[in-house]
Amino acid sequence: MKRIQKLLQEKKDIFSVYYTAGYPNLDDTMPILNALQKAGCDLVEIGMPFSDPLADGPTIQHSSEQALENGMSINLLFEQIKELRPSITMPIVLMGYINPVFKYGVEAFISKCQEVGVDGVILPDLPFDEYHEKYQTLFEEAGIANTFLITPQTPNERIQLIDANSNGFIYMVSSSAVTGAKSGLSDEQLDYFNRVNSLDLNTPRIIGFGISNQSTFETACQYASGAIVGSAFVKLLKEKGADESAINDFVKDIKRNN
Amino acid sequence: MSKKNKYQVDEKGMYGRFGGAFIPEMLYPNIENLKTVYLDIINSEAFQNEYKALLKDYVGRPSPLYYAKRLSEKYNTQVYLKREDLNHTGAHKINNTVGQILIAKHMGKDRIIAETGAGQHGVATATACALMGLQCVVYMGEVDIERQAPNVARMKMLGAEVVAAKSGSKTLKDATNEALRDWICNPEDTFYLIGSVVGPHPYPDMVARLQAIISEEIKWQIKEKTDKDYPDYVIACVGGGSNAAGSFYHFLDDERVSLVAVEASGMGVDSGETAATIALGDLGIIHGSKTFLMQSDDGQITEPYSISAGLDYPGIGPQHAHLHDTKRGSFISATDADALEAAKELTQLEGIIPALESAHALSALSKMSFKKDDSVVITVSGRGDKDMATYMNRFGF
Ligand SMILES: Cc1ncc(COP(=O)(O)O)c(C=O)c1O
Repeated sequence: MKRIQKLLQEKKDIFSVYYTAGYPNLDDTMPILNALQKAGCDLVEIGMPFSDPLADGPTIQHSSEQALENGMSINLLFEQIKELRPSITMPIVLMGYINPVFKYGVEAFISKCQEVGVDGVILPDLPFDEYHEKYQTLFEEAGIANTFLITPQTPNERIQLIDANSNGFIYMVSSSAVTGAKSGLSDEQLDYFNRVNSLDLNTPRIIGFGISNQSTFETACQYASGAIVGSAFVKLLKEKGADESAINDFVKDIKRNN
Repeated sequence: MSKKNKYQVDEKGMYGRFGGAFIPEMLYPNIENLKTVYLDIINSEAFQNEYKALLKDYVGRPSPLYYAKRLSEKYNTQVYLKREDLNHTGAHKINNTVGQILIAKHMGKDRIIAETGAGQHGVATATACALMGLQCVVYMGEVDIERQAPNVARMKMLGAEVVAAKSGSKTLKDATNEALRDWICNPEDTFYLIGSVVGPHPYPDMVARLQAIISEEIKWQIKEKTDKDYPDYVIACVGGGSNAAGSFYHFLDDERVSLVAVEASGMGVDSGETAATIALGDLGIIHGSKTFLMQSDDGQITEPYSISAGLDYPGIGPQHAHLHDTKRGSFISATDADALEAAKELTQLEGIIPALESAHALSALSKMSFKKDDSVVITVSGRGDKDMATYMNRFGF
C-alpha cells in the first residue's frame, strides 16, 4: 500500500499499463515487467487470466484465453512475482475476476499478495457491499489496496461511498464500454471527468478503458492523476511479443509530452 | 423469518448462501434499477392483466395436465404430464419472455438482448419482440449456430439479429458473456432478457415468478383430477433451472410434495463429459451469481457437455443450489442414453415426442420408485421438433 500511496502523492501524469500474465508466452510476465520499468512506466496492473472475462473486449479476451492455454494460474503468477519483486520498484496491482480468487480462498490470496509484494488488487466483480462486509478489514490489515471502478453511470452518492472506502486509487472507467472498445475521448466523457472532479474526493483517480495513444493519455492526465493503457499494449505484445525495445518505444511514444 | 421465505430470495438477493449480484460496476446501475422496480411492476394490476391475457390467448395457457395412462401402467403409479410442450413456440421459455418483455416496456427500454443455447429462448425472445415491435439482438455461440440451424432461421424470420459469440468455447456460457458485454456497452436503452433462473439478483427471482404459472396451474389441475389437492411428486429437468423453478414455486412450502430435479450427466457424472452441476457441486461465481458450478482447481469455468443443448450450462440457478443444500429438493441425473430411452418411451407409449431436455425429467420414472397411488407430475418443458435431427441420427430413422 505504501508504494501506491507514495506514487500517487509524489507524481502527476502517472503512466500505467495493464497486461495479461502468461501472454504471449508463459514466461513473458517478468521480462515484460522489467522492460516496462526500464521504459519509465510508473504502475502496472497484471491481469490474472479468467475463462469468462465479461468486462473485456476481444483483445484481452484473446490474451486471457492464450495465457490459460499456456498454463498460467494464480499460483504460478505469485511465484513469478516473488522472484522478480526485489528488482521492481513500481507498485504492482493484480487485476482479475472474483471466481478464481474465490476458489483460491480470499484470505489465502490476500496473505500471498502481502508475502510476494503485491500492492493492490482490482476485482471488478467483487461488489462493494460484499467487500465492505466481509473483506475490507482483511485487505486493510494486510495493507493491500482494493481498487473500485466507477463509470459514467455511477451516481454521485455511490462514488462518494466508494471514495470513503478506498485506500489506493479509484479506477475511473472512461466510458460505457468493455476494454478496448473505443478510441478518443468525447466531450461527454470530459463532462463526466469534470463531474467526478467536482466531488472533491479524497482518493486519486486513474482513468482507464480507451486510453491507447499519446493524445488520449495526455487528455486523461488533465482530468486525473494518470491513465492506464490496456488493450493497446496487449495488441503490441500480440504483434511483437515481449520485445524490450518495442515496449520501450511504445511507452516513450505515449509519454513524450508528460 | 416467515416459513414462506425459507426457500425464496431474501432482501439481499440471496437464497441461503447462494445468489447475490457479483457484477462489475458497469452493470451496477442497471441491475440496481431493475431490482428497484421489478416487484412493483410484476405486482401491478396493469402488468398482471396484460401478462395473464397474453398467457391465455397468445401462449395458449393453461397448458393441460395430462394423465398418462400407459406410462402409469408401465411404472405402476399415477403419472401426470404438465404439457409445456403445447405452448406457443414449443416450450416453457415463452412464459418468461412475454413477462420480461412487458417489464422492459414498463421500464421504457426499446432494445432487447438475449443469450441462447439451443435457440429455444432466442426464439421465444424474438417472438415476444415481434409481438411488441421491439428491436431484438440474440447472442448465440458459433458452435450452437451451426448445430441449431432451424432455430437460427426462425429467429431471423421473426426479425431478430443473431450475433455469433466467437469467444471461449463458443456455446451458451460465451453467448451469456457476450450479452453481458453488450449490456455494459449499451446501459441506457437496452434490457437484458435472461432465459433462465440464473444471473445476478433479481434475475433468478424475476424469472422464477414468471415461470410460477406452471405450478399455479398444477395446483388446481391436480385437485380436479385426483382426490388430493397436492401431487406427491413434481419432477422437472434443470439446465439453469427455470422450468423446474416454475414447477416447484407454489409447492416450496408444502413439504408433502417431493421436488425432484433432473440434471444432465452427459456421458456420465465422472466422465468429464457432463453437465451435472449439483452432482459435481463446487461453489463459485458464474454470470454474477454465487452457486454451484463446474470449474477447474484454478477456478476456471469448464465447458459442460450434454446431448441436449438446453441443459449444457456449467452453473445452476442459486435457488436450486439452496434447495439442494437444505435438502428440500432432490437432485438426480440422467445420461444422454437415459434421456434418449425415455424420449422414445414417451413417444411410443403416449404419442408425445418430447424435447431432449424434458426427456431427462421423464427418465426419473425408471430411476426412482413410486407407490401405486402416488400422483407424479412431470413437466414436459418442450416438444421434440427441434431435436429431430438428433433422434434421427441416434435411432437411425
Ligand atoms: C425444452 C427445454 N427444456 C428445458 C430447458 C432448460 O432450461 P431451464 O433449466 O431454465 O428450464 C430448455 C433450454 O433451452 C429447453 O429448451
